[in-house]
Amino acid sequence: MGFLFEDGNFALFRDGFLQTIELSALSALLALLLGTLLAAFRVSPVPVLRAFGTGWVTIFRNTPLTVLFFAVTFGLPPLGVHFSHLVFAVLALGSYTAAFVCEVLRSGINTVPIGQAEAARSLGLTFGQTLTQVVLPQAARTVLAPMSSVFIALPRNSAIAGAFSVSELYSAQQTFSERGYSIFAIFFWVACAYLVISATVALLFRFLESRLAVAR
Amino acid sequence: MRTRRTFAVALCAIALTATAACGKDGTPGASNTSAGGSAAPALPTYTVKTDVKVDSAVLAEAKKRGQLLIGAKSDQPFLGWEDLASGDRSGFDIEIAKMVAADLGFTPQQIKWQTLVSSQREPAISKGQIDFYVGTYSINDERKKSVSFAGPYYVAGQDLLVKADNTTITGPDSLNGKNVCTATGSTSIKNIEKYSPKITQFDTYSACVEKLMSGEVDAVTTDDAILKGYASKYAPKLKVVGQPFTKENYGVGLNKDDKALRDAISDAIKAHQDNGDWKKAYDATLGLSGAVAPQPPALDRY
Repeated sequence: MGFLFEDGNFALFRDGFLQTIELSALSALLALLLGTLLAAFRVSPVPVLRAFGTGWVTIFRNTPLTVLFFAVTFGLPPLGVHFSHLVFAVLALGSYTAAFVCEVLRSGINTVPIGQAEAARSLGLTFGQTLTQVVLPQAARTVLAPMSSVFIALPRNSAIAGAFSVSELYSAQQTFSERGYSIFAIFFWVACAYLVISATVALLFRFLESRLAVAR
Repeated sequence: MRTRRTFAVALCAIALTATAACGKDGTPGASNTSAGGSAAPALPTYTVKTDVKVDSAVLAEAKKRGQLLIGAKSDQPFLGWEDLASGDRSGFDIEIAKMVAADLGFTPQQIKWQTLVSSQREPAISKGQIDFYVGTYSINDERKKSVSFAGPYYVAGQDLLVKADNTTITGPDSLNGKNVCTATGSTSIKNIEKYSPKITQFDTYSACVEKLMSGEVDAVTTDDAILKGYASKYAPKLKVVGQPFTKENYGVGLNKDDKALRDAISDAIKAHQDNGDWKKAYDATLGLSGAVAPQPPALDRY
């Protein structure tokens, strides 16, 4: 267990930990924005947008994350798209998680009685105003619990980025294993790090729930 | 209409991933095993010895079972490769294993291969899941505490794989600011870091080679034996620089303190080095990269 505090191992572990947090935070932001947009698409009256939303969810939710990482890291550069590996990872992870965020939000939107949207429209609000000011605020509150599951899964999914040249916790684990430390000790510390991140996300959502819960 | 469009988008995504995964093209084995008229050097054939007397419990057990269990790698072209479609093994390490097996009295058909990744090697050997292991297994003192080594049968060293027309990278000293790729977390990183390149890490070397072919990285680094295998696979597009800056002795790993078997394997390697099989095996596998065969290493009997 003590290997972490020898030979500069802690610096590597810390860097990996911070990189995991950075990757997760950026991906979460992308997933939240993109997911909300997709959810709006999926309930919009424009058929092309609806089809786009459905297509996105179908592709990204049904593709293994590793395959997505491959597609982004090896598929985009030949098309002339060159980013750092961190950006590629954020794109893959964010697009993937956005599909889940979209579906969670859509389920929330469906819980808001249709009469509210009709009332808003008959008062003269546009579709955008109805969605952002009447429907989404209520929908978001309803789906806090499943949304927390999505965002707890995200940092753990980010481990795949370690295989695609992002020096996060997984690649720190690879380095420690290669240096010959006990596998059990390595995984103990890596698991602790992920636990810290997941617990923080869970706490954050619990706080939000207590503040924003809908009284029905 | 909507479903059709969705379907088209899905097809695009599949096409994209298919291009990404095509690194397995031109698998070795098929072209070089059948020497029918081609100029490629042929693999040697080994005479199976009968009436072998080695005082080893492991070998006696193998005799009784009629099968020799050999551990190997399966993802290193022209070194330790398994063609997943046909189940055929090929490569330099595989040839070494076959020549040793022949001298122990087993035909290639009597070998049962087992793919083991690096971290599984010591436990599998000590638990007797395999009789011996041939697969880029570097001899070092740490490992000698849990297993024994016959050989070395090859001296490798960390080197650089570059495009064949690359003249700017001539050795580790010319790497300053260059983009170098290697496996995630491997010890190769530590050796290369002092030459201050930009390091890219992927899970597998084939991913690195893919990036080298597309020109996104300038060099791939690891043991030259592995690099020569990839250079052979993509010949003549890639070359190994040939300035190794570390030294790794590849040995055959076997159960600790089975001196009889260790001597028998060392004898077999020595015999095939002397009769030219070693060089023939090299020429037909790693030699296809254009790198000439080195002198076979002297054995270390202990």
